Amino acid sequence: MVFRKIFYTTSAVLLTYGSAFAESKEVATPDYFGLFFVFILASFIGLGVITRVSRLLHTPLMSLTNAISAIAVVGSIILTGHDYPTYITILGGIALFASMTNIVSGFLITDRMLKMFKSKETKKS
Amino acid sequence: MIYAIVQTAIILSTALFIFSLHWMKDPKTARRGVFAGIAAMTVAIISTMVDPKIINWDYISLAIVLGFVVGIPLSKVPLTAVPQRTALSHAFGGLAAGLVGTAKYYLWLSEGVEQLTTFRMVAIIVEIILGYLTFTGSLMAAGKLQEVKWIPQRPVTYKGQNFINLSLLGIAIVGGLLLVISPAEYSYLFPGIIVLALLFGILLIIPIGGADMPTVISLLNAYAGLAAVAMGFVLDNKLLVTAGALDGSSGLILSLIMCRAMNRSFTNVLFGGFGQVQAAAEGAENRSAKTETAEGAAEILQQASKVVIIPGYGMAVAQAQYRIRELYDLLTKAGVEVQFAIHPVAGRMPGHMNVLLAEAKIPYEQLVEMDDINSDMPQVDVVIVVGANDVVNPAARHDKSSPIYGMPIIDADKAKMCFAIKRSMNPGFAGIENELYFAEHTFMLFGDAKAVIGELVKQLSGAAEK
Repeated sequence: MVFRKIFYTTSAVLLTYGSAFAESKEVATPDYFGLFFVFILASFIGLGVITRVSRLLHTPLMSLTNAISAIAVVGSIILTGHDYPTYITILGGIALFASMTNIVSGFLITDRMLKMFKSKETKKS
Repeated sequence: MIYAIVQTAIILSTALFIFSLHWMKDPKTARRGVFAGIAAMTVAIISTMVDPKIINWDYISLAIVLGFVVGIPLSKVPLTAVPQRTALSHAFGGLAAGLVGTAKYYLWLSEGVEQLTTFRMVAIIVEIILGYLTFTGSLMAAGKLQEVKWIPQRPVTYKGQNFINLSLLGIAIVGGLLLVISPAEYSYLFPGIIVLALLFGILLIIPIGGADMPTVISLLNAYAGLAAVAMGFVLDNKLLVTAGALDGSSGLILSLIMCRAMNRSFTNVLFGGFGQVQAAAEGAENRSAKTETAEGAAEILQQASKVVIIPGYGMAVAQAQYRIRELYDLLTKAGVEVQFAIHPVAGRMPGHMNVLLAEAKIPYEQLVEMDDINSDMPQVDVVIVVGANDVVNPAARHDKSSPIYGMPIIDADKAKMCFAIKRSMNPGFAGIENELYFAEHTFMLFGDAKAVIGELVKQLSGAAEK
């Protein structure tokens, strides 16, 4: 009972909040709930996929996910590339450099490590 | 039209990222995972670059070229240095998140306060706090792992440490809340929050010792992922949210595995308890351990039919993995079954030992997890402990006063015979005496791991020629 009450109150608050936004908008409102939706689903997929990763490969896994999360490069490119004030461009440029370093070194070292994992059969052939 | 193409590219890229992690389930398919990751990244970058509003190509190309210039050497580090490289890349990830958050805040502030909606502001605050604390925290961790001189290796603890750390974080959060309420009025607080987050990152890592590094690195991994998620919320970018969530959940799972392997709760690792230096030598009765010579050990090894090698961080320090490989070859040729027992927290990051042994070309089928090998231990003729200590200490099973009580261990003491290779009788990192060394069937082989195993190899190959 209590839960249902909490649920309705929160939904009501969120709805008013949302519509208040919609009315007062000059700014285009991003789809916040959509983003949360994606976040939750991606987290579950992540938990499912990662628990199945071979324990042998935890070190390469970490460098691989590191390279993947360097997808921040996308945000950095937008910040650096657009016609913004110079200080924004520079901040974006440093972020771009940092992400690019992670992408390059992350993928390369992961592959380098994975190449070393040889099974008995492949060794003989 | 462009919108549809870009959105399709993002979906494709997301799917590829998930496949990339999926293929990591088996060493046979794992390399495919890397290619899927690279493909996903390329698609994502290109789909971002088609945006006609992007004009500063000079800055972009400069940053990308510099990224390659630094990234390529970073990928060529020796494998013993992989933990610090990983920590360093967490630092870069945190830095990127922090900087993007900072830039976005000032950009929106200059474009008009109405751009800084409550949602965006919350996301920005989360992003910069997580980003900057991951940045300095990971730098500190990398420094400790690299044994940089001016960073204390030993855990630094002082009274009220948790209180100070938590109040710093608390102040940063309160400042953040004020900024959320009124983004323009309190804009002077923004740099303050950055400084606090940077400081918090340093203070968080100072009390941590080497043995806790696997947990800490996993935790920083999770933070870096969450910072990327927050960045996705700030930029309204689903791809960032997805990739960040994948990274975050990976860090979370690895931290949980590490915690379980040390029998510590998450909060215990987060606050205090962290690598506490235990008052060494409790009840240091002068028990004596038996020693054995390389000749004797080699003879015994030849008689054995099942040998298990337990590597630890000492193996990495001594770079003994190639000698171990020679030993493995000789014994296998003589018909001895050789396996490697891997404790989840052996080394300085998750999976560290596996990578080092794979580098020495030991087939991965021979690398066995702790849980899978413990039941076989009574049938093992000889166990060789190479530079591992706490993970084979039987005190963890029965001595309630021991700081490592309850930690799952590899039951080296249950094997018929045990050789422990060690430099000296000094207690290991946690400063705990190891009962194993005084057990009846344990014999010590004193010396540098590489030299001792080299000597064993010499004896064995000499015997083979005779």
